[in-house]
Amino acid sequence: MYEFQYTKANDVGQAVSSVAPSGSKFVAGGTTLIDLMKLDVERPKLLVDINGLPLDRIEPAGDGGLKIGAMVRNSDLAHDEKVQRMYPVLSQALLSGASPQLRNMATTGGNLLQRTRCYYFRDVNYPCNKRTPGSGCSAMDGFNRIHAVLGTSQHCIATHPSDMAVAMIALGATIFVTGSKGEHSIPITKFYLLPGSTPDHENVLAPGEIITHVTLPPPAQNAKSHYLKRRDRASYEFALASAAVIVELDGRKISKAQVAMGGVGTIPWRSPEAEHALAGAEASERNFRRAAEAALRGAKAHKDNGFKIELAKRTLVRALQTVTQA
Amino acid sequence: MAEKSTVIGKEITRIDGILKVTGGAPYGVEYALENMAWGVGIGSTIGAGRIARIDSSEAEKMPGVLAVLHHGNTEKLFRPANSFEEMSRPGESRPPFEDDQVYYYGQFVALVVADTFERAQAAAGRVVVKYDARTPDVSTAELTPKDPPAVKNERGDVESALSSAPVKLDVTYETPVETHNPMEMHATIATWNKDKLTLYETSQGVVNHRNVAAEVLNLQRESVQVISRFIGSGFGCKLFPWPHSWMAAIASKKLARPVKVSVPRSMMFTTVGHRPFTRQRIQLGADKDGKLTAFHHEILQPTSMVDDYVENCAEATSMLYACPNVRAVQYLIHKNIGTPTPMRGPGRTPSLFAIESAMDELAVKLNIDPVEVRIRNYAEMDEGKKMPFSSKHLREAYQTGAEKFGWSQRNPKVGSMTKGKEILGLGMATCTWPATRHNAEVRVSLLADGTVRASCATQDVGTGTYTVFAEIISDRTGVPLDKIRVQLGDTAMPPGPTSGGSAATATVIPAIAQATDQAVQSLLKVAALTSGSPFEKVDPKNLKMTGGRVHKEGDSAESGTPFPDILKLRDLSGLDGQVKTEAPPEAKQFSMHSFGAHFCEVAFDPEIARLRISRWLTVIDGGRMINMKTSRNQILGAIVMGVGMAMFEETIYDHRNGKPVNNNFADYIVPVNADIPDLDCIFLDFPDNKLNEYGARGIGEIGLTGCASAVTSAVYHATGVRVRGLPVRIENLLKTA
Ligand SMILES: Cc1cc2nc3c(=O)[nH]c(=O)nc-3n(C[C@H](O)[C@H](O)[C@H](O)COP(=O)(O)OP(=O)(O)OC[C@H]3O[C@@H](n4cnc5c(N)ncnc54)[C@H](O)[C@@H]3O)c2cc1C
Ligand code: SF4
Repeated sequence: MYEFQYTKANDVGQAVSSVAPSGSKFVAGGTTLIDLMKLDVERPKLLVDINGLPLDRIEPAGDGGLKIGAMVRNSDLAHDEKVQRMYPVLSQALLSGASPQLRNMATTGGNLLQRTRCYYFRDVNYPCNKRTPGSGCSAMDGFNRIHAVLGTSQHCIATHPSDMAVAMIALGATIFVTGSKGEHSIPITKFYLLPGSTPDHENVLAPGEIITHVTLPPPAQNAKSHYLKRRDRASYEFALASAAVIVELDGRKISKAQVAMGGVGTIPWRSPEAEHALAGAEASERNFRRAAEAALRGAKAHKDNGFKIELAKRTLVRALQTVTQA
Repeated sequence: MAEKSTVIGKEITRIDGILKVTGGAPYGVEYALENMAWGVGIGSTIGAGRIARIDSSEAEKMPGVLAVLHHGNTEKLFRPANSFEEMSRPGESRPPFEDDQVYYYGQFVALVVADTFERAQAAAGRVVVKYDARTPDVSTAELTPKDPPAVKNERGDVESALSSAPVKLDVTYETPVETHNPMEMHATIATWNKDKLTLYETSQGVVNHRNVAAEVLNLQRESVQVISRFIGSGFGCKLFPWPHSWMAAIASKKLARPVKVSVPRSMMFTTVGHRPFTRQRIQLGADKDGKLTAFHHEILQPTSMVDDYVENCAEATSMLYACPNVRAVQYLIHKNIGTPTPMRGPGRTPSLFAIESAMDELAVKLNIDPVEVRIRNYAEMDEGKKMPFSSKHLREAYQTGAEKFGWSQRNPKVGSMTKGKEILGLGMATCTWPATRHNAEVRVSLLADGTVRASCATQDVGTGTYTVFAEIISDRTGVPLDKIRVQLGDTAMPPGPTSGGSAATATVIPAIAQATDQAVQSLLKVAALTSGSPFEKVDPKNLKMTGGRVHKEGDSAESGTPFPDILKLRDLSGLDGQVKTEAPPEAKQFSMHSFGAHFCEVAFDPEIARLRISRWLTVIDGGRMINMKTSRNQILGAIVMGVGMAMFEETIYDHRNGKPVNNNFADYIVPVNADIPDLDCIFLDFPDNKLNEYGARGIGEIGLTGCASAVTSAVYHATGVRVRGLPVRIENLLKTA
C-alpha cells in the first residue's frame, strides 16, 4: 500500500466537488475499493468518504415504483419489506451474494460499480488491459474458468461479478447521478459498457459523478420474479452462472418476460433474445430451452469456461420453471 | 487407569475453551514485546530464474524503515540436518536468502523491517527487484520420472498375476494440490537476549523447531527457546519450520530488537507447504468373485526443486487388502513449486482416494456390493509387514455402518434412487491411519495450592491436547479438571513430540500417567514417613490417592487427607514426578492401525447439475476415546475437510509465472456450513492396549482418509459419471441430463 488522503463528505455537492481532482475516488462500503487498494490495483490519491451522505433511504417513488438511495446497504435492501414484496428477484439476488458481513457494509452504489474478480486484474504483476490499457490480457491464455462467455472481446473476457446488478438490469432500473453535468438519469441497460478495445471503460459515469439513487419501475400486477445462482459451493461464492427472471403470465401463456444473466457476461447481461423467444409463448420446458438457446447464441468459450454456456442455459430454464410454476 | 473413570471417554469441554473465545489465549503473533519492529517479506514474482538486482534505496529512505535484508547483505545461514527421527526436519531445507536463485513463485527474496507494520508494508512496495526469469515448470500434464523410485513396496509377482487375472481394471486417478490454510496464519516473533534466541511461533512441533533453528543459525540447542502456547490449527503446515522464521531471527539479531514477521494469507499458498498433486495408476487383477490377485499401484508426485518431499501413497497399498501380488512404486518429479509438506492424513489421503475408488470400480464391474467386495478382500493380517494387527475391527465398522446407514436399501443400479427432483447416490469407503507412539517426557507436580501442574514441550494445535492430558491426571488422582494446569508449547519444558501423525495423544499419555503416579508415590511416602502425619508409619503400599485425598487402602476417599495438607507437613511447595516413555516393544511385533468406514449419500439435481452431500455416517475403530467431545470434533471436522477435497479444493498455478492464482479465501473454495448436512459418527470401543495402557490412539487424521472416494462413489451411483480427478466439478456433471 502507499499514502493517500482522506476526507469525509457531508452532502452530495461537497462530495462531488471534493472528488473533482483526478485520482480521487468515493469510498462507500469499501469492500471492493479497499480490497483493491491493498493489492495496489486501485491507487486513489484522495478518498472521499460518502458514508455520511443522506442517501440511505428506501422510499416509494411517485410512479408506484421504488427509490433506493446509493448508500442503502445490501443487507437492508435485501430485507426491506417492500423489496421482498414487490421485487423478490432483487432480494434473492442480494442474499445470494457475498456473506452477511460483506452485505452489511456493501452499498447499492458500490455494488453497481464493483470490479471484476479476474485473478489477473487483481495482481499488478500481470498484463491486464482493464488495469493497464494496452498491456495485454493474461486471462486469455491463463486460467479462465470464472471468465465470461458473452460480450467478450479479444482484449478482455472478465465478468462483471454482481448479482444485484443482474436483478436490477432485469427489472429495468434507472440510475440517478450528479456531477459536473448536473443531475441526470441513465437507464441501467445503457449504463454498462462492453469491453471492446477499451475494457478500462466499464460504464458511462463521467469522472467525478456520484450515483445518488436508483429507481425501479412499478412491478406489473401479475408479474412473478426469481433469481437462481449456480456456483461450486452452496454459499459465499461468485456466480458461475445466474439468471434473473420476471415473467407475466396470462393463463399458461407468457405475456411478457424480462431476463438477465449473471456470471457469464462481461456486463450484467440483459437478454432481449430470450425475452423475444418467450413473449407470447406457452410456459413450457421446450420454450424455456429455446429461450435459453437464444440467450447464449453468441456465447464464446475459452479454455476452461466452456461449461458455463450449458450451465447458464440450464440455470435459465430452471429459473423460468420456478417462476411459472402454478 | 481408574476402574470407573469420571472423565475418560466422557464429553469433556476444552479446558482452554473459555480463554480462546474470550481472547485470553495468547497466539504466537500476539505477544507485544517492547521495542518490537515489523518485518514484511517480499515474495518473488517469477517462478524460476535468478535475481538480477535488488534496489532498496528508495525504500530505505522511507520513514521508520530500519533495514532491507536480502541475499546480498545477510549473514550465512546453514542447511539443517534434515532428519525426522532426530526431530530436526525443516519445511523447506533451503535457508532464506541463500543465493540469487529463484525456485518457485513466492519464494522470499527480501525482508523489509520498519518500526510499524504499515511502514514496513509501504516500503516493501518500493523495493525494486529485477529478475532474469525463466518459464517455470509447474505443469502436471507430463510427469516423467528421472530418478529411481522414492518408495517401493513389493510382494509376489504382480506382472504374471495381472496377465493371468480373469478380471482386470486399469485406471488412473489424480488428486490436486491442496493448501492447508489453517485459520491462524504463520508468524514468528524473534528476540535475542545476548546469545540466546527466543522464537514466539505457531508451531506443531516446538522441539523440532528449536532443533532446526539451532542448526540453521549455528547455535546450541540450549540457546534457543521456542514458544507456541496456543495454535489456531495447522493441519500439518506448522509441523516443520519455514524460512520466515529464520528471517525474523536474523533481522532481530541485526537490529538488536524484537522483530515480528507474519505470513499473509496470499503467501500461505506459496512458502509454507501444500499437499502435492498425485497421479496414481492402479491396475487390479481379481478372480470372478472379486478376490484380488494382483494390485499394481504407480504414483507420480511433484515436489519442489529444493526438497525431495515424499507424500507416501505406496504405504497403504501394502496393508489395506489381502492380496498375494502387490507392487507399489512412487516417483518424485521436481517442479518449480514450493516444498510440499504433510497435510492432514498425508499419503493415505490421496492414496485411499485411488485405492478405494478402484475397489468401488471393481465392485461395479463385477456387480458385487461395495461393502461385500471389501469383506472378501479383508486383510486378517498386515501382509506387507507380515505381522498381526494389534487390534483391527474394520469388519465391525463396515457392518455397523451399513446397518445404521440403511445400506441394504441401496439399489445398486445407477440413478435408480430418487427423491423429488433429485437423484440419490450412496457411496462408501474405508478409512485408515497408522497408530504410532514416539518418545515423550513429562513432569507432573502436585502443588501446595491444591493444583496439579503438568508440563511437556509438545503442543495443542487446537485439537484438545490440553484437555485430554488434564483428564489423565484427573483420572489418576481424582483432582478435578479445574484444579489441573497443563502447560505445553515451550521448549523450556521436558521434550515432547510433534503434534503430527495423530501420535501426540498416544505418545504423551503414558508419560503423563507414569509421571503422575510417580508424584503420587512421592506424596504417599511423605504421608507415611513424616511425623505428625495421620498416616505416620503406615506402609506407603497401603496408601492411595483418590478424589485428591490420601487415604488408606480400603477406606473411603472422604476419610482421607487432602493432598496439600500432606505437603504442608513438610512445608513443601510441591512434589514432582518426571518420566520419559518410548514406543512400546509391541510396536515391533504388531502392525498398529486405526480403521473405519465412511457412508455417504449425495443428492443430485441433474437439470442444473447441482450436487450436494445429503447424509453422512462414519464409523471409527480408533482405540479408546479419551474425550468423546474432542474425538467427535476431530472426525466431523475431517469429514468437512473431506467434502472440501472431494468437491472444491484445488490450488491452481499459473503456467507463466507459477503463481497460485486462487490464493485467497474468496477464490480457494472450501466448504461453508450450507454445504454440510448433519454428520454422524460412531466410535467402536476397542481399546488398543498393545499401544498404551489406556488403549488410546490418535484420531486427528483418519477421518479424512477415504472421504473423497466415498463421495465420488456416491456420485457414480447417482449419475453414472466416474470422477477420477478431484475435485468433482460442475463441468464433470453437466453431461448427465
Ligand atoms: C469476498 C467477497 C465476496 C463477494 N461475493 C459477492 C457475490 O457473491 N456477489 C456479488 O454481487 N458481490 C460479491 N462481492 C462484492 C460486493 O458485493 C461488493 O464489494 C460491494 O457490493 C461493493 O460495495 P461497497 O459499498 O463496499 O463499494 P466500495 O468498495 O466502497 O466502492 C466500489 C466502487 O464504487 C465507487 N462508488 C461507491 N459508491 C459510489 C457512489 N455512490 N457513486 C459513485 N461511485 C461510487 C467507489 O469509488 C469504488 O470505485 C463480494 C466481495 C467480496 C470481498
Ligand atoms: S480478462 Fe480483462 S480483467 Fe482479466 S486480465 Fe484480461 S483484460 Fe484484464
